[in-house]
Amino acid sequence: MNVLEIRGLSVDYLSAGGTVHAVDDVSLDLRRGEILGLAGESGSGKSTLAHAIGRLLRPPAMITAGSVVYHRKDEQVDVLKLAPKALRAFRWKELAVVFQSAMNSLNPVMAVGAQIDDVLRIHEPDMSRKARGERVVELLRRVGISADRRKSYPHELSGGMRQRAAIAIALALNPEVIVMDEPTTALDVVVQRDILHEIRTLKDEYGFAVIFITHDLSLLMEISDRIAIMYAGRVVETGTAKELHRSPRHPYTLGLLRSFPKLRGPREDLLGIPGTPPDLRDLPPGCAFHPRCQSAFDDCGRVSPRLLPGPHGEVACLLNENTGVEVQA
Amino acid sequence: MRFLARRLGFYLLTAWAAVTLNFLIPRMMPGDPVDLLVARLKGNVDPAAIEAMKQAFGISDANLWVQYVDYLGNLFNGELGRSITFFPTEVTTIITGALPWTVGLVGVATLISYLLGTLLGVLAAWKRGSWLDGVLPVSTFMHAVPYFWVALALVFVFGVTLRWFPVSRAYGLDVVPAWDGPFVSSVLYHAALPAITIVIASMADRILGMRNVMVTTLGEDYVVMAEAKGLTSRRVMWAYAARNAILPNITSFALSLGFVVGGSVLTEIVFSYPGIGSMLLKAVENEDFPLMQGIFLVISLAVLVANFLADLAYVVLDPRTRQEA
Ligand SMILES: Nc1ncnc2c1ncn2[C@@H]1O[C@H](COP(=O)(O)OP(=O)(O)OP(=O)(O)O)[C@@H](O)[C@H]1O
Ligand SMILES: [Mg+2]
Repeated sequence: MNVLEIRGLSVDYLSAGGTVHAVDDVSLDLRRGEILGLAGESGSGKSTLAHAIGRLLRPPAMITAGSVVYHRKDEQVDVLKLAPKALRAFRWKELAVVFQSAMNSLNPVMAVGAQIDDVLRIHEPDMSRKARGERVVELLRRVGISADRRKSYPHELSGGMRQRAAIAIALALNPEVIVMDEPTTALDVVVQRDILHEIRTLKDEYGFAVIFITHDLSLLMEISDRIAIMYAGRVVETGTAKELHRSPRHPYTLGLLRSFPKLRGPREDLLGIPGTPPDLRDLPPGCAFHPRCQSAFDDCGRVSPRLLPGPHGEVACLLNENTGVEVQA
Repeated sequence: MRFLARRLGFYLLTAWAAVTLNFLIPRMMPGDPVDLLVARLKGNVDPAAIEAMKQAFGISDANLWVQYVDYLGNLFNGELGRSITFFPTEVTTIITGALPWTVGLVGVATLISYLLGTLLGVLAAWKRGSWLDGVLPVSTFMHAVPYFWVALALVFVFGVTLRWFPVSRAYGLDVVPAWDGPFVSSVLYHAALPAITIVIASMADRILGMRNVMVTTLGEDYVVMAEAKGLTSRRVMWAYAARNAILPNITSFALSLGFVVGGSVLTEIVFSYPGIGSMLLKAVENEDFPLMQGIFLVISLAVLVANFLADLAYVVLDPRTRQEA
């Protein structure tokens, strides 16, 4: 059962040097209660996609096409068409966001407790002051922050605690979907582990679905149920974490897998991906990845591959589309 | 609190330096106020009177240290010597007579200009792309025009041509100073035009400054997050964006408050307003050193007090400054 369906979503940034196609015809499903991982190099459009889902983009960003359909129990709504009031209710009650940097996403002049409290005050007007206070303490405790910290300002907390506070704010209204944009990237590995573990536990307890964004594919493998790989604003492969790990079908996925040392198991050489990400204002013709692809053949420079369903998951690669040839490992 | 104590110590030190310079400079200059006064009276002065005046001005042949200690003692009792222009009135009396007019007119006008400018700046940033953008070219124009020009233009239009407002004095000749209706309304009526010139001339800077900081702040993640939280746009605009955007503007506000006392000269000249600025002009015209010194001292202290107020405001408004270093 899908809770969120993104269909044909495209986002452009209108800049002086040309139009940046940051998100290009992306379609994704998010199932109720799952963790969907979204991976891709820096600049591949992950944050833009995340912001588009919450309709949080500002000029010069512009959604040029597509829909984001949210499924309630008995109805479905296109988030991109919600009227201001309905949008405000949708935000945080149904969709919450943990932003890429917790330091910057917390209001520096407001105590963390107050930043949870103001969500409750707006969305739960019937809640008494005392009840709100108790809920704030409860939420903080739930993410491992002691009650006396609710009066602390963001700068008084460690990076890990700020990230936990941001997660506590996201949990405040028990939303159906939480978008987490690199929630652990700025943290050291031990804290990162703790928080990932925390997110899984909370998810099992509260039952929300997560879109988890990172460029660290090995990390996604551990936490996600399903994974979508983005390249140059497009989704190039989707599949369960297991399948992607065992048999990646897009050469880019393979490259990403090899870019990171395995957390467990024997060490392999870090091959990574040669070259640099393309200029999103002027994409190469055909498959955007072909200039960097070691398995590229003539057609790759001419034909744009479509995202097609395969035996498991989907992939956008001519190797799979026409010939069925396996990716050369 | 350590931060405030440190700042306070710094300001006390600065105040002491200002006071000491105020003592030293006239004593290092050739001639003294009494000689000046005698010269102005063309020498027709009784030697006994000269001696009395020297005493009144605190000038003696005693050693500099003794004079310094005397000077500090006098200062502590609010004695700044006697004015030459208005001899034998005490400088303190002149300043306390003029200061309320300046603080009342320029201070209140500065406050209004700041509040209004901040408000318009916030709204102009928030409603970018609406009719409020029209504020910008006007502000930029006002920002570039000298105050003097604005004041004269308004005086010409509203004072001389339309005769809506009086163009000089602090209150009408037909009222006597007292806390009653006729006097107060006469004061307000007379203050209106000069206050408007100050507000108009200084508000443009406020609007542009506030709008710039606000536009930057609106791009911050915490503002996007506030929006994502589904808060009302009023709350996002004020509690998240504007609340942070005013912080960098506190210093400039303190500076303009500090210059209320010193920066009133032009306004008071244009409108013959009986404040500190007019007194300073008179003192300069008459080489009235005691009065000048007294006024400079008050101006320096005003700047220091304003800066200390800014520090206080920072401590109240920005929790990051409260951090114990
Ligand atoms: N305001 C903007 N104006 C023009 N281009 C922009 C703007 N913001 C982002 N972009 C471009 O859009 C593309 C996608 O950016 P986005 O932030 O979504 O990438 P990302 O995948 O989240 O990267 P990262 O891993 O670094 O966070 C990038 O190429 C970026 O240069
Ligand atoms: Mg990003």
